Amino acid sequence: MERALFLSFALTAIVAALNVLWRRHPLHSALALLVVLGALTGLYILLGAYFLAVVQVIIYAGAILVLFLFVIMLLNIRAEEARLERRPIFRWLAVPFALLLGAEIVYLVRVFEENPIPSGTSIGVTEAVGRELFTTYLLPFEITSIVILIAILGAVVLARRG
Amino acid sequence: MLKALVLSPLIAAGIIGVFGRRWSERLIAAIGCGSVGLSMLLAFRIVFGDLWSRPPEERVIWEPFFSWIESGPLRVAWGFHLDALSGVYILFVTFVGFWIHVFAVGYMRGDPGYARFFAYMNLFMFMMLVLVLADNFLVMFVGWEGVGLCSYLLIGHYFDRAYAASAAKKAFLVNRIGDFGFALGIILIFATFGTLRFSEVMGAIAMQFPEPEGWGEIGVLTTIALLLFVGATGKSAQIPLYVWLPDAMAGPTPVSALIHAATMVTAGVYMIARCSELYARSLTALFVIAVIGAATALLAATIGLAQWNIKKVLAYSTISQLGYMFLACGAGAFSAAIFHVVTHAFFKALLFLGAGSVIVALHHEEDMRRMGGLKRALPITYRTMLCGWLAIAGLPPFAGFFSKDEILWRTWTSPALPEPWGRVLWMLGWATAILTAAYMTRLMVLTFEGEERFARHAGEMAHAVVPRESPPVMTIPLLVLAVLSVVGGWIGISEAYTGGRIPNAFEQFVRPALARAPMHPDHLVAGASEPGHDLELGLAAATALAVLLALVWARRVYQRDPLRPAPRLLENKYYVDEIYDALFVRPIVRGSTVLLWKVFDVAIIDGAVNGVASAVAACAAVLRRVQTGLVRGYVVMILIGALIVLGYFVFVGGQLPAR
Amino acid sequence: MTTIPISWYLAVAAVLFTIGTVTVFVKRNAIAMLLGIELMLNAANLTAVTFSSYFRELAGQILVFFVMVVAAAEAAVGLAIIVLLFRHRETLNVDEAQLLKL
Repeated sequence: MERALFLSFALTAIVAALNVLWRRHPLHSALALLVVLGALTGLYILLGAYFLAVVQVIIYAGAILVLFLFVIMLLNIRAEEARLERRPIFRWLAVPFALLLGAEIVYLVRVFEENPIPSGTSIGVTEAVGRELFTTYLLPFEITSIVILIAILGAVVLARRG
Repeated sequence: MLKALVLSPLIAAGIIGVFGRRWSERLIAAIGCGSVGLSMLLAFRIVFGDLWSRPPEERVIWEPFFSWIESGPLRVAWGFHLDALSGVYILFVTFVGFWIHVFAVGYMRGDPGYARFFAYMNLFMFMMLVLVLADNFLVMFVGWEGVGLCSYLLIGHYFDRAYAASAAKKAFLVNRIGDFGFALGIILIFATFGTLRFSEVMGAIAMQFPEPEGWGEIGVLTTIALLLFVGATGKSAQIPLYVWLPDAMAGPTPVSALIHAATMVTAGVYMIARCSELYARSLTALFVIAVIGAATALLAATIGLAQWNIKKVLAYSTISQLGYMFLACGAGAFSAAIFHVVTHAFFKALLFLGAGSVIVALHHEEDMRRMGGLKRALPITYRTMLCGWLAIAGLPPFAGFFSKDEILWRTWTSPALPEPWGRVLWMLGWATAILTAAYMTRLMVLTFEGEERFARHAGEMAHAVVPRESPPVMTIPLLVLAVLSVVGGWIGISEAYTGGRIPNAFEQFVRPALARAPMHPDHLVAGASEPGHDLELGLAAATALAVLLALVWARRVYQRDPLRPAPRLLENKYYVDEIYDALFVRPIVRGSTVLLWKVFDVAIIDGAVNGVASAVAACAAVLRRVQTGLVRGYVVMILIGALIVLGYFVFVGGQLPAR
Repeated sequence: MTTIPISWYLAVAAVLFTIGTVTVFVKRNAIAMLLGIELMLNAANLTAVTFSSYFRELAGQILVFFVMVVAAAEAAVGLAIIVLLFRHRETLNVDEAQLLKL
């Protein structure tokens, strides 16, 4: 049962990711990314990271991606034209390098071949995460609030007219 | 008070140097002469008021000044040491110096570098006094170098003239060579005795070396002595480092009078006398000094006979007379040497100043071929120069006679020279005296007698020159020095002339500060008797007679034919300058150009420095290509970097966290 | 219930990461490149969560939390810059933004 769930989520994620790559219009790419994020949420739940799954939906899908969509629609972007690629070298470089990267990662990963995820109680319960955040990782937590503040300020200053 | 004596010219030099540009000649002259005059008065006061009144053994005054170097075992302080020897020196240095400064007030009138001149002259006086009054070798070396520096500055006073600038450089460089030997000597002294104070070093020598170093033996004392003497050959223009002195005549005549006749060039003699305890213990060194002195005297006299420039004749004459002084030192007769230093200062300064008077009267003409018949136009100059002439020739009762004959007598009877050499060197000295008389007579005849060879009326070749006697500011010093040239020798009359009744006052005064002449083994013959007064008088008479004959003969010859040509070899100074040039100067210049300059400086050093810059630029040119400005290119680079890092973990392996 | 070996999760993450990398490479549109970067970030998040679950350490999930925060901030600022770029150049083609070339 789990495996079925896993496979469906995983395949969805991969296909959607490929769509991100293949679609010409950035809007379509962004929506494809949205699908990826959804599939990842499913994977998180399978892994027992309940809190993160919810956070992923709320923040990543619900805020960040929406931001992307807003900007795309605001700037009224057209689909990009295929013929005008003046530097095809990057395309040609991209695939081999990426494959190489993937192979490296896979190689590293093979170490854990057959090691199963232990089942049982998950550790990603909201209460547990919350406790960690506010005790051991309190300082980074506070700092992130400052990071976000700075990001807001930065974005406002940058995008201001005049 | 010694401090005031020494510092007075320094302060004046500083004031004139800084402010003199805007002041009147009169003010500068007043300060410049005044400071030296003050030193002179102080010198007289200290020596005759204080030193003289003490018993001979106590005639030492020591005034410490300030501590200079304290570095480990080396402790050097500035202090002023006045004894009979330095007392004599400060007396005549300030006295003659003062009158030369007065003369220069007139001579340098109208010169654009008037202030600079007097500043440097005063600086020189300071340095000379430091040299003479120093109580240790290092401070004396400071004065030694200082007078060399001032010599350079003053020879090059007319720096816009290429010849003068080169002459100044030559003087300094040749001096430097001597100074190198001097410095080595000082280092050796410190290494051997651990101190540089004269009193301590001489005391240590007296204690550690009761017997002089043997004949032909080169021990530490002889080495030190010879090294120091190298410095003396440079400073006092002896063979082989005399070549700078004739060219130094490019400077103004008062400079030639003061520095290159009366004071600086006698510094070498002073140094040897100061270190007489040292020299008295090295028979080899004494011999070397005596031979070089005599040879230089004779050589220079032969050259002087063939020169046409009046100042050059006097320059070679100075070299020759200095040779006498060194001969005396080499014979162990240090007091005789100092005596000649003093008398020479009087008459040589007189001769130079007189020549200066002539030169100015003829609008800066220095070539004797264009002089002649000046005794009518310049009576005072002529008559004072007569005194100088007779003094230097060594005719009694003029000053030069007593000092020169003292030297010759001591040479003949020297206990320090090996057997026949005393007499051999006496012969050389005697021959030199004859030549001295000859060339000085030639100078007098060519300058003052006979027909006027300068143009009284403007012709197509020359301007009109109407010589007139110099103003009193210039003639009074001449008169003063002339008087001293006559009577100055009377303070050192040997007791032979009075049948042994009246001792030689000068010698009595100076002797306690000097060492006794050592005894060469050749003289340790039992039963050898003390040479007597008769021999002394006989030799003196022989010399005087020869000189007189030479005077008369030379007068006759040159009156008849003033422009009689001289042997080419002598006129060209035996081509010594050319030989030095070929042997030393040219190879060094060529070596420097080819090797040091082109190879080291250009290729290696510049190459390295520029090479580094070029390498950096080349690397930068290559690396610059990375900055394409293309975002995607940067992404590629980031990716490649990530690949490499991951590759590291893949192939080399990192740590995976424990379970 | 059969359990899933973690290598499967890690493989998925690797694939997603690779696709994200290629996206960044290939796309000319600036926003599309940013999307690719977000994809890579998510792949890394997945990896972190996987290991967190495997080792039963919460640290991984905390890390992901912070990564998300930073990703949000980065997206905001990045998009602001893109807006600026668009305003000046009327195009989002990154190849046109070459002013940093030496």
